[in-house]
Amino acid sequence: MVFLGGQVLPGNVGRAILGPFADQRAVDALNHSLGVDRPLLVQYGSWIWNFLHGDMGTSYVFRAPVAPFVIDALGNSMKLALVAFVLVVPIGILGGVIAALNFNRPLDRIISLGGLSVTVLPEFVTGIILILIFGVWLRWLPIAAAWPKGAGFFTQLYYLTLPSLPLFLVLFGYIARMARSGMIEALDSDYTRTAVLKGLPWRMVIWRHVLRNALLPTITVIATQTGYLIGGLVVIETLFRYQGIGSLIFTAARGKDFPMLEAGILTIGIVYAVATLIADFLYSVLNPRIRLGAEQ
Amino acid sequence: MSATDTPVSLPTPDTAQRSPWGEVLHSLSRSGTFLTGLAIVVFWIVCALFGQHFVPYDPLASDIINALTPPAADHWFGTDQLGRDVFSRVIVGSRDILTVAPLATILATIAGTALGLVIGYFRGIVDDIVSRVLEAFMAIPVVIIALLAIVALGTSKITVIVVIGLSFAPIIARTVRSAVLAERELDYVAAAKLRHEGALHTMFVEILPNVIPPILVETTVRLGYAIFAVATLSFMGFGIQPPSPDWGLSISSNYGMIGGGFWWTVLFDALAIASLVIGVNLVADGVHGAFND
Amino acid sequence: MTDPRQATNALELKDLSVAYRVGRRNRAVLRNVNLTIKAGEAYGLVGESGCGKSTVALSVVRYLPRNGSITGGSIALDGKDVMKLDAEALRRARADSVSMVYQDPGKALNPSLRIGRQLTEIFELAGITGQAAEDKALAMLNRVRISDPASVMQRYPHQLSGGMQQRVAIAMALANDPSMLILDEPTTGLDATVEAEVLDLIAQLRRELSASILFISHNLAVVANMCDRVGVLYAGMLVEEGSTRDVFNDPRHPYTVALLRCLPRGGQRKDQGRLDTIPGFLPGIGANIVGCAFADRCALATERCRAEPPPLYELGDGRLSRCHYHDKAQSLPRATPAEIAAAQPKQAPPVLQVEGLNKTYASHGRPLRAVKDVSVSLRPGETLGLVGESGSGKTTFARLLLGLVPPDDGGSIELEGKKLAPRLASRTEDQVKAVQIVFQNPDSALNRSHSIRHILSRALKRLGGLTGKTLDTRLEELVRSVRLTDRHLVVKPRQLSGGLKQRVAIARAFAGDPRIVVCDEPTSALDVSVQAAILNLLADLQSRQDVSYIFISHDLGVVRYLSDKIAVLYLGRIMEFGPSEAVFSGPHHPYTEALLSAVPKLDRTESARIRLDGEIPSAANPPTGCVFHTRCPRKIGAICETQEPELAEAQPGHTIRCHIPYDELARLQRPKTLEPA
Repeated sequence: MVFLGGQVLPGNVGRAILGPFADQRAVDALNHSLGVDRPLLVQYGSWIWNFLHGDMGTSYVFRAPVAPFVIDALGNSMKLALVAFVLVVPIGILGGVIAALNFNRPLDRIISLGGLSVTVLPEFVTGIILILIFGVWLRWLPIAAAWPKGAGFFTQLYYLTLPSLPLFLVLFGYIARMARSGMIEALDSDYTRTAVLKGLPWRMVIWRHVLRNALLPTITVIATQTGYLIGGLVVIETLFRYQGIGSLIFTAARGKDFPMLEAGILTIGIVYAVATLIADFLYSVLNPRIRLGAEQ
Repeated sequence: MSATDTPVSLPTPDTAQRSPWGEVLHSLSRSGTFLTGLAIVVFWIVCALFGQHFVPYDPLASDIINALTPPAADHWFGTDQLGRDVFSRVIVGSRDILTVAPLATILATIAGTALGLVIGYFRGIVDDIVSRVLEAFMAIPVVIIALLAIVALGTSKITVIVVIGLSFAPIIARTVRSAVLAERELDYVAAAKLRHEGALHTMFVEILPNVIPPILVETTVRLGYAIFAVATLSFMGFGIQPPSPDWGLSISSNYGMIGGGFWWTVLFDALAIASLVIGVNLVADGVHGAFND
Repeated sequence: MTDPRQATNALELKDLSVAYRVGRRNRAVLRNVNLTIKAGEAYGLVGESGCGKSTVALSVVRYLPRNGSITGGSIALDGKDVMKLDAEALRRARADSVSMVYQDPGKALNPSLRIGRQLTEIFELAGITGQAAEDKALAMLNRVRISDPASVMQRYPHQLSGGMQQRVAIAMALANDPSMLILDEPTTGLDATVEAEVLDLIAQLRRELSASILFISHNLAVVANMCDRVGVLYAGMLVEEGSTRDVFNDPRHPYTVALLRCLPRGGQRKDQGRLDTIPGFLPGIGANIVGCAFADRCALATERCRAEPPPLYELGDGRLSRCHYHDKAQSLPRATPAEIAAAQPKQAPPVLQVEGLNKTYASHGRPLRAVKDVSVSLRPGETLGLVGESGSGKTTFARLLLGLVPPDDGGSIELEGKKLAPRLASRTEDQVKAVQIVFQNPDSALNRSHSIRHILSRALKRLGGLTGKTLDTRLEELVRSVRLTDRHLVVKPRQLSGGLKQRVAIARAFAGDPRIVVCDEPTSALDVSVQAAILNLLADLQSRQDVSYIFISHDLGVVRYLSDKIAVLYLGRIMEFGPSEAVFSGPHHPYTEALLSAVPKLDRTESARIRLDGEIPSAANPPTGCVFHTRCPRKIGAICETQEPELAEAQPGHTIRCHIPYDELARLQRPKTLEPA
C-alpha cells in the first residue's frame, strides 16, 4: 500500500508530496549530524529510490528489514484511526449542523462549548479519564488495545473502542465547529433567503440549498486533521500499548533506530499527502466553481 | 469669508461611542465564557506563584511508608508510589507548564507575525516558497517534530520552548498572512505608497495595527495548544523532567498502575490539566467573540 | 373568499413598527408605517440608506434578520394578515403570492446548483415535475429575454454575467405568477447599460403580468421611471406619498424638496452654481424622536415642529405629507448658497499630457489589453471625466497615472512638461505629491487604526515636507479647507460618517498641494445629500487651488456637473474625447449615445431609447475591427467588423472613433438629442 502510494504520488502532485520531502530533509539533517557519513544527497536519493521500491532499510535495533514492521504498524494504526474517523465525521458534522440550526440557543451553547472543551484536552488526559471510568471503575472495556491473537472483527472493534474515543473527542470539536460556522454562513446567505422565499419547505431548503454549500469547507478541514490524528496516535498507542505507527515512531526515537524512524515518518507523510489529495479531489468535485473554472 | 458649505451642520463626532478597544474590553467584561476561563487561569497562576507557601506537604518529599494511600483527611488526594502528597503536587504542578507554554506561545507569535507580515506583504515567489514549506511543516504533528528535535538536541525546557514555539509559528504566520493579504488590497496601503512610505513603515505602522485582533485571537488559541503540547510531551517523557511535580510527568510515572486501582495518582493531575486547557480556551473563545461581534 | 374591498389591495401595511435588537435594547427602525398598494399598481419607496426601506420589504415576507422583530401594526397581503399565518401558511404565501428580487444577484442564486434546477424546483412545488417543469423553466427564461436559455439552464450562476444573473432571479420570482413582486434595489451595482435593460424588462413584464410591484430604490430617477405612486421614507417614517409625477414635480415635504435639489439635473455644471445640500444627519436607528424627525435639518422648522410630531396631512388627490407646513415646503431656503466664484478658463500649457499609454495584463496566458493607446491632455484647473462601463479601463488608467501599476513600454506621461517615471518608486518627491487620489471607499482608504490627526499629519509630513509648528498650522488650514474642525482630529475614521470620512480623504490628497487629483468614484458610496456636499467641496477646492481632476464616475450627471472634458472608454480604448458640453450634447459616438440613453431621468421624458444588447466582450478577447461593433446599434456594415476606426477629429478638440462620418452621426442623432436645457 505504501509502495503503491509512493508509485502514484510523485508524478501527480508536487505540492502535496512536498510534505514528506520536507520531513525527509529534516530527518536527513538530523542523520548527518549524528554521524552518518555518506554524502547526504547520494544517501537521500538512493534511500528514496529504495523506499519507493519497498525497501525501507534495515532496523538498527531488530537487525531486520524495516518494511514489515512499518506495514504491520500502519495497518494497525489505520484500523484505530478508521474507527475514530467513522465515528467522528458523521457525529461531528451532525453536532455542528444541530448547533447551527439552534443558533445561540442553549443546545448550541452546549455543543459549541462542549466541543471546544473536549477538543483542547490532550489525548492522554481524556484517555486516562476514560480508562478510569470504563476500564477501571465500570470494567466495561479493556484498558489495553491489543486484542488476543486471531480475534474477529467485533472483538477487535471492542478492543479499539476505548482508544478511539480520545481521538474522537479531539476531532469532534474541530469538525463540529467548522460545520457549525459553515452552516451559519450558509443559513445567513442570500441564496438561502431566495430558497425560503420561493416557498420551499424548510427541510428542502436545508437539504438542497444549505447543507452542500455549508459542508464544503468542512471537508478540507477533515483532511488537514489527519496530521493531528497521527500526532494523537503516538500518544494513544503508547497509552494503550498498541502496536501502531505512532508507537513505532516513538519506540524508534527512544531507541535511536534511525532507519525505522525515517521509514515511519515518511510513511505518515505519504498518508497525509494522500488524505490531502482526496480532500482536494472531493472539494473540486463538489464545488462547481472549481470544477468549471471561475472565468467565463 | 470663503464659501460656506454646510456651515453649522457637521456634528461633533460621537465621542460617547467607545473606542474599538474599549468596545472589546466591554464585551469581554460581559462574557460569561471569558470570565469563567479567566478565573480558572488566574487560579492556576496564583497556585504556580504562591502554591508552595500554603500546600500542606512538601510536594517533593517522599514518604515511602505512606506510599499509595487513598484520599483521606490527612492526604486529601492520597499519596503516590513514593508517598508524596498528591494534593500538594497538583497545586504546585502548574509551575513548569505555565512557564514553558506561554514562552513558547510568545516565541511563536513573534516569529509567526514577522514571517506572516513579510510573506503577506511581499507575496510573489518568496510567499510561494515559504508558504509551501510552512504547509509541509504543519503537516507533521508537533509531537513528532518535538520527538525528533529532542532526540537530536536532548531534553531541556529551552528545547521544548523552541520546538513548540517554532512549530506553532507557521500556524500564526498563516493567520497573519491571510489577514495581511486582505489588508494590502485596501486603499490605505496604496495611499501609503503614494506618500513614498517604505516597506517597513507600511508593514509595521500601517498594516500591523489592523491585524492585531486576529493575532490576539490566534495567540490565545495557541496558548491552549501549547499547554496541550507541553503536557503531552511531558507525558511522553520528552518534556518537563523529574523531579518536577508537573502534571503530565506525574501521570506518565503513575498511569502504569491504574489497572491496580490507584486512580488517585493520575485522576487529579488529569483533571488539573483539563481545567487549565479548558480555562485557556474559554478565554480564547471569549476573545474571539469580542473581536468578531 | 376574502372581503372584495380588501382584495383590491395587494399589500396593506397598517401602523407597521419594526425594531432591531442591538446591545440588549430594541431600536425602532420603522415607526407606524401605513402604506397601501393596489392590485396591479407599482409603488416606489425611496429614501437614503438607513431609513428603513429594506426593512419594509423583509417584513412583508417575514424574513427579518435574527435580531429584528415586528413590534406593532399589521401587514396584509391580498387581504390576508401575514403576521397571523402559521409556518405552513406562510410558506404557501411565499410559494403562491409574493416574490422578491434583491440587490447582488450573484449572491441570491445558489452557487452549487444549476440554473435549471433552481427554476424547476419552483414548479415542482406546484406539482409540475419532470419534462413539464423543464419546459416551464425554459419558458420563464425566454420570458426574461435571456439569450440562449437552453444552455443557461445547464449553467451555474458563476458562469453568468451580473445582468443575466438578475434576469434569472427575476425569472425565479415571476415563476409562480405572484400577485405581489418586491424589488429591493434590483439594479444597484449593475452597469448603467445593464441597469437600463433590466428596468426595461421589468417594465415590459409589468405589462404582461398582473403582479403589483413594491419597488425600493435609493435612486429617485429609477423610481420615477418605474412607478405609479411613490412614498418617501425618512427615519423609519413615511413622510410623503403621492403619484410619482406629483411628488417629484411638486414635492410637499421639505425632505423631498431638499433631496431633489441635491441632484445635478438637466446638464447642470459646476460653474452654474452649487448643488444644494441637506445639513445634518439622519437620526440614528432607535433615536428618540420628539416632534418632527426632520426638524433638526430643516430651515423651515419652528418651535411647533420640534415639539409636536406632525401627522400625515391629507392634501387631496391621494397626496400625503408629514409636515406642519406642507404648503410652504417648496420655499425651503437653500442650505448652501448657489453662487460660486467660477474658475476662469485659462489658456495655460497643459499640466498633464498623456501620449499612447498602454497596459497589458496577462490573463490565462493571453494578453489582456486593459488600456490601449490612450492619449489625453489636461490644463490646470480643468476636470477630465472618465466614463464607461465596468471593465472599460477607467480605473487602470488612473492607476497608471498614479504610478501604482507600470504601463507597457512606449507611451509617455508628462506632468507640467516633465516626463513622469512609469513606476512610483522612481518618481521624485515633487512628482509624487503632485498626483494624488481620492478613493471610492473611505473605509478602505483611511487606516482604521489611526486617528484623523495621525492620518493628516503623516500626509503633511511626507507630502508637504512639514514638521513641528508649521505642520500644526498647515494641518489646521487643511482641516478647515474641507470644513472639518479640531474636534474631528482626535477620533478614528469609524467614528465619522461616510461624508466626513470622504472629507478627510480629500484633505489627505490635498496635503501636498497636488496638481492633479484622481477622484475614483468618490461619491458612489454616499447618499445623494452627502454627495452634493462633496461635489461642492471638490468644485470649491478646484476654483481656489487651480488643481486638475481626473474624475471617474458611473453617474453621468455627476460627471457632467464637474467635468470640463470627457473621455469615453470602452474595452480600454478611448471612443470619444472632447469638451464636456460637446460630448454630452452630441453628436456623439454611438456608445456615448447608448450610455446617455441608459441614464434614468427624473423628468421622465420619453425619448426614443438606444439599448445595448449582449454582454460586454472580454478585454482578453476583444472583437475584431471596431471593438464596439458587437453591441453597436448603428453598425453600418462589414467595415465595422474588419477595420478599427481611427480616433478622428470631428470638431476642434472633439474626437470620435467611428466609421460613421460626423455629419451622418449628427443627422442620425438629431431627433433624440433635443434635451431640455
